[in-house]
Amino acid sequence: MATALPPLRRATPLLLFLVVVAGALASPARADLVISRADRRVDLTSHIVRAVTSLKVENAGQDPVSQVLLAFPNIQAKNLAAIRAFRTEGKVKGPSTVLPVEVVQPSGAPPELMFFSALLPKPLEKGKTLHLEVLTVFTHSLQPFPEEITQAEAQLVVYQDSAHYLSPYPVKVQTLTIRLPGGRVESYTKHPKAKLVDSELRYGPFEDLPPFSYLPVIVHFENNNPFAVAKEVIREIEISHWGNVQITEHYNIAHGGARLKGEFSRIDYQSRPYVRGVSSFRHLIARLPPRAHSIYYRDEIGNISTSHLWSDSKKTQLEIEPRFPLFGGWQTTFTVGYGLPLQDFVFYSDGKRFLNITFGSPMEEILIEKLIVKVVLPEGSKDIEVSAPFPTKQWQEVKYSHLDIVGRPVVVLEKPDVIPEHNLYFQVYYKFNNISLLREPLMLITGFFLLFGACIVYMRTDMSISKSSPSYLAKLQWDEVQATVQKIQGIFEQCLAVHDKLEASLRDLSRTGDIQICKAARKAADAQFKELSKDLKPLLTSLQSSPQSYQIWPKVDDLITKEREMQEKLMTRHSTVVDCFEKKLRGQDVENRIVLQRQKIAALRQEVESLLEYISDI
Amino acid sequence: LKETSASPPPLLFLLSPHPPELCFSAAMPQTQSSTAASGGGGRLRDAFGGVLCAFTLLLIGLLAFSIRLFSVIKYESVIHEFDPYFNYRVTQFLSKNGVYEFWNWFDDRTWYPLGRVIGGTVYPGLTLTAGTIWWLLNSLNIPLSVETVCVFTAPIFSANASWATYLLTKEARGPGAGLMAAAILAMVPSYISRSVAGSYDNEAVAIFALIFTFYLYVKTLNTGSLFYAALNSLSYFYMVCSWGGYTFIINLIPMHVLLCIVTGRYSSRLYIAYAPLIVLGTLLAALVPVVGFNAVMTSEHFASFLVFIILHVVAMVYYIKGLLTPRLFKVAMTFVITVGLAVCFAVAAVLIALVASSPTKGWSGRSLSLLDPTYASKYIPIIASVSEHQPPTWPSYFMDINVLAFLSCFLPLSDASSFLVLYLVTSVYFSGVMVRLMLVLAPAACILSGIALSGAFSVLTRSMKFQRQTSENAGDGSSNALANSETASKEKPSKKNRKRDKDSEGSSPADHMTEEKLLVLPCGPAAVGIMLLIILSGFYVIHCVWAAAEAYSAPSIVLTSRSHDGLHVFDDFREAYGWMRHNTDVDDKVASWWDYGYQTTAMANRTVLVDNNTWNNTHIATVGTAMASPEKEAWEIFSSLDVKYVLVVFGGLIGYPSDDINKFLWMVRIGGGVFPHIKEADYLRDGNYCVDAHGTPTMLNSLMYKLCYYRFVETDGKGFDRVRRYEIGKKHFKLTHFEEVFTTHHWMVRVYKLKPQKNRVRGKLKLKPAGRSSSKANSMRKIGGKKNPWQ
Repeated sequence: MATALPPLRRATPLLLFLVVVAGALASPARADLVISRADRRVDLTSHIVRAVTSLKVENAGQDPVSQVLLAFPNIQAKNLAAIRAFRTEGKVKGPSTVLPVEVVQPSGAPPELMFFSALLPKPLEKGKTLHLEVLTVFTHSLQPFPEEITQAEAQLVVYQDSAHYLSPYPVKVQTLTIRLPGGRVESYTKHPKAKLVDSELRYGPFEDLPPFSYLPVIVHFENNNPFAVAKEVIREIEISHWGNVQITEHYNIAHGGARLKGEFSRIDYQSRPYVRGVSSFRHLIARLPPRAHSIYYRDEIGNISTSHLWSDSKKTQLEIEPRFPLFGGWQTTFTVGYGLPLQDFVFYSDGKRFLNITFGSPMEEILIEKLIVKVVLPEGSKDIEVSAPFPTKQWQEVKYSHLDIVGRPVVVLEKPDVIPEHNLYFQVYYKFNNISLLREPLMLITGFFLLFGACIVYMRTDMSISKSSPSYLAKLQWDEVQATVQKIQGIFEQCLAVHDKLEASLRDLSRTGDIQICKAARKAADAQFKELSKDLKPLLTSLQSSPQSYQIWPKVDDLITKEREMQEKLMTRHSTVVDCFEKKLRGQDVENRIVLQRQKIAALRQEVESLLEYISDI
Repeated sequence: LKETSASPPPLLFLLSPHPPELCFSAAMPQTQSSTAASGGGGRLRDAFGGVLCAFTLLLIGLLAFSIRLFSVIKYESVIHEFDPYFNYRVTQFLSKNGVYEFWNWFDDRTWYPLGRVIGGTVYPGLTLTAGTIWWLLNSLNIPLSVETVCVFTAPIFSANASWATYLLTKEARGPGAGLMAAAILAMVPSYISRSVAGSYDNEAVAIFALIFTFYLYVKTLNTGSLFYAALNSLSYFYMVCSWGGYTFIINLIPMHVLLCIVTGRYSSRLYIAYAPLIVLGTLLAALVPVVGFNAVMTSEHFASFLVFIILHVVAMVYYIKGLLTPRLFKVAMTFVITVGLAVCFAVAAVLIALVASSPTKGWSGRSLSLLDPTYASKYIPIIASVSEHQPPTWPSYFMDINVLAFLSCFLPLSDASSFLVLYLVTSVYFSGVMVRLMLVLAPAACILSGIALSGAFSVLTRSMKFQRQTSENAGDGSSNALANSETASKEKPSKKNRKRDKDSEGSSPADHMTEEKLLVLPCGPAAVGIMLLIILSGFYVIHCVWAAAEAYSAPSIVLTSRSHDGLHVFDDFREAYGWMRHNTDVDDKVASWWDYGYQTTAMANRTVLVDNNTWNNTHIATVGTAMASPEKEAWEIFSSLDVKYVLVVFGGLIGYPSDDINKFLWMVRIGGGVFPHIKEADYLRDGNYCVDAHGTPTMLNSLMYKLCYYRFVETDGKGFDRVRRYEIGKKHFKLTHFEEVFTTHHWMVRVYKLKPQKNRVRGKLKLKPAGRSSSKANSMRKIGGKKNPWQ
């Protein structure tokens, strides 16, 4: 504790803790392993702290050892987001095997420490050595100090660690390298073996340290990288077997660094954004899978218009800018959604389908304090199983959407403190029959069919309640009148057709001069007229008797007289023309005789037609 | 690309009412002749015409819906402007909490510290409609958000409105004119301006309700059916639920009834059309909380009751006339008239005394400002300040109604058509007073010009046919009989057109013959006329599409500008609201001019002092006074109202003209109307309003000026205001009682926080040099301190 740093108060528990650890040294809870070399590299460039520890472990005891214990003080362990151990062959690029890591509580271990054990695939024999790489990722380990800064100030953070590798085993040689993001280093714990070169701080090498050695060091440095912390992310993956996997991600993001104090001045921010506003961040980058489509970016009050999208065959890169730059302590919410082709993520094996997709958020360097992944399977899915690469809290829900009846099964996975390292593939297995796809279209078809059927039935059936009410009777009568009128109309149409025939016979006459045919036509027409008028009579009487026809009757009456007149005119004209032909008069004279008649007939015909039209309109 | 591709369909749609009919008439003779013998031709043709008509109506509805989607395509699916945000918020509440909670909703996030009883002060029609649609969709498991439903409510209802227009015009004139009117209404710019997708306002639903009520009234008038009368009062109830403009209906229909009575057209149908409407309608209207007893108490409804009484008297007179002999009738009349007059005078005296006792003569301010256009500017500056309450200019008539303004029609006068004419005349007057009521004019103009256009088309097409037939007659002399029969078959379709100008009463066919012959024009002019009409309609369509796409689609919360380097989006309002939503405490109070109240509550979810429901003039005047006061007084007013943030809209950096500096004079006027120490003259230099070097010290020291221009000079070194186009008067100043907490990217919205009160240091007051501020400012401060109404 060489530096006179203000956060001493926070470091005090560490001192106490050291004392406790010293007491625990005597505990026998460790195997006879010796770490011959330990190199730690801590990366502090982002707000997520990643430490890689290379261990060379030697079995100095008698018995083979099948596990290696890794110890962390509780204050570090509570921020531990991920731990992974690999067994390597000593070379940096050599092949490596992942070792399972689990939490253990060795007997007699001090409660201030938390132990993880890396299980070896085969026990380490006596005298053998083993190369082990341990990746640990910590969140919330960079404490902003000061906690509140103004817009113009850079963000300073404090990182605490031990210069000595905290291990239940004796360590022969060890070093600690801390990579800083560059920029100002306010202070660091001075030590004879500490050295700051560019943006790398080295402690060590230390030699021959007993187990549980602890040397607290503190680094206070500038870190202006975006401290993007998502309080909660809900990621909904909806599978549609019509060919789409729709992903909707709801973010609630805050700047987790030093809080902004005082005013936010836009003019300062705009004129010198890298000086006045250096601690803020404007945009986030998401790497979406290739062939992502229909990407949208919005929040509860509408689209957010500031985003950019690039895509190539390997990835789709989305750069989104929240509505406002995020300063320390500011937060915002937004939703990103996109569609993915089904065949890239849903596969079929052994009679089961499975979804194979990454767990975490596609955003770069974002810490998610609580991630909820919901996988919405299509309606009718059965036998659902989940296989995730790390423990998560799981339960099932039902979601109703798009004309569902029984609802879609939803698998919900919840995990706290998710970091980009958790972006691993997980699988959801389920059984689904393709015939279920047709359920909704068929439902729509049936629905419309029923609707139209109901319409037809309604139009064709008599829905009146009281069969004796005056309005109902009036309606019946009216229907009758209409039917009668229609019949009358038909008769008149026939009359007109006969008229046409007569006219045609006249035309034939002028062409061929055959008087006999013409006369015959007249006779036939006469007969037809008589027949028609006979047909008309009962209809007319029934119409006249009906009380509903008071509106129509005068018109029909009018129509009959007009038609009679027309018939007569036509007949006289016909006979005149035939007479003329018999007398072999000149065409011109014939014309002169009938021209008046013709005009009258034409006028009558128009009247008749308009009357017919009028009646049909009723 | 999206814009241009969307325009051809409307063109097709507009023409569709005509070409199908023309084709139809060309195709008919064959059908007719083939089935003439059987007599089923008429039925088949009717069925065909019915299907065609229904299909055309469907297309018109589609056109009405799709022409309003420009805003979604060009911008996004978002709620527009100011009032729609309030309606949206209410709908959200309704869909979340149910209808009973909605009726009892006391909103404490607005009008702080007074609050507002939303359930009792809002016209619930629109919200209930959208809420019902949302509920229906969600119960069918169609997951649409409330916002989506709200955005698309207006286009859906404009399709409904165009169908209602069809029904109304059909009732008055016939289906042809109906189709024409429906097509015109589907894209009349004035209506589009209020019903584009996202403009979720009362008018969107109310215009449908208005037309539909009129339709049912005319239908009842034509049929005399009590069923339609009952439907009519239900439709009137819906209108009352939807919009304050229902008073237009309840005054227009009595006027028409009165007109009918005066012109001697009283009939039992008129009675059935009117009496149930008044009785049922008034009862139903009184059920709406916002109307309540106003339905019988205010002068807006007085005319309807008066006419109700008159109608009964007239009905009685007609009844007695039927009972008595003419001589007895005369005696009875004199008796009744003397007694009746005496009673009338007594009642009238009481009424006049009652009405005169109220200062506004029983009229609400808004109605009064309609009757007397100068009233609002004299007495209620708050109503006069609203931009949509200004009288319109002539270009806006052209813009909103286009060619319709120049088309109108003189009909053979029937009950229905006299109603339409009366509707047009009154709505022209009202639209002349308030630009907002242009909306009421639009349906009337559409219906009448639809009738006129279809009339013109039918005359021209008919005369072309007649012309062809006579020319054939002249050419073919030898076979006259043939020509005649041809004429007969040709003429049949043309009667289809003629049917339109027929009244429901109908005139005798002989009249039609002469009428037809009179109306025949020479072929050439007829063809030219048709061409001109088509061109005119074409221009109308182009204008409408342009208006829908360019003029009326902007959501006004997102602005765009096209420059040489592409489209530039100004999303500052939502940036600021989003910032406030996430980065201020949920119970913080925000002060801004009332324009932004609804948006702040809906988008930022923060409590505001005043909003667009300008029900409390004093409260608005307080905010206006604070904005017009110097910093310290403003701070005192605001902190006495628990205000934590002050929001101002500033357009000077990018040239956004409707900002707070341009609205500032209204704040001064409204503030001064309640607190006399704010004098408009103090803010004007020689009658001119300016904020440059000539600005008065009062102006340049006002809070609004300071908040808008704080550190503005640092942007370009000179402080050049791009809206006012000059350099500002006071460039370098500091804020002592406010601090800037957020300014949006283009500076359009600036949010300031009230600084906490400083700890008092003993003796500091004495040390303060007297000359630190000018004596005038000092005296102002003293006066201001006393005048603060909240102390």
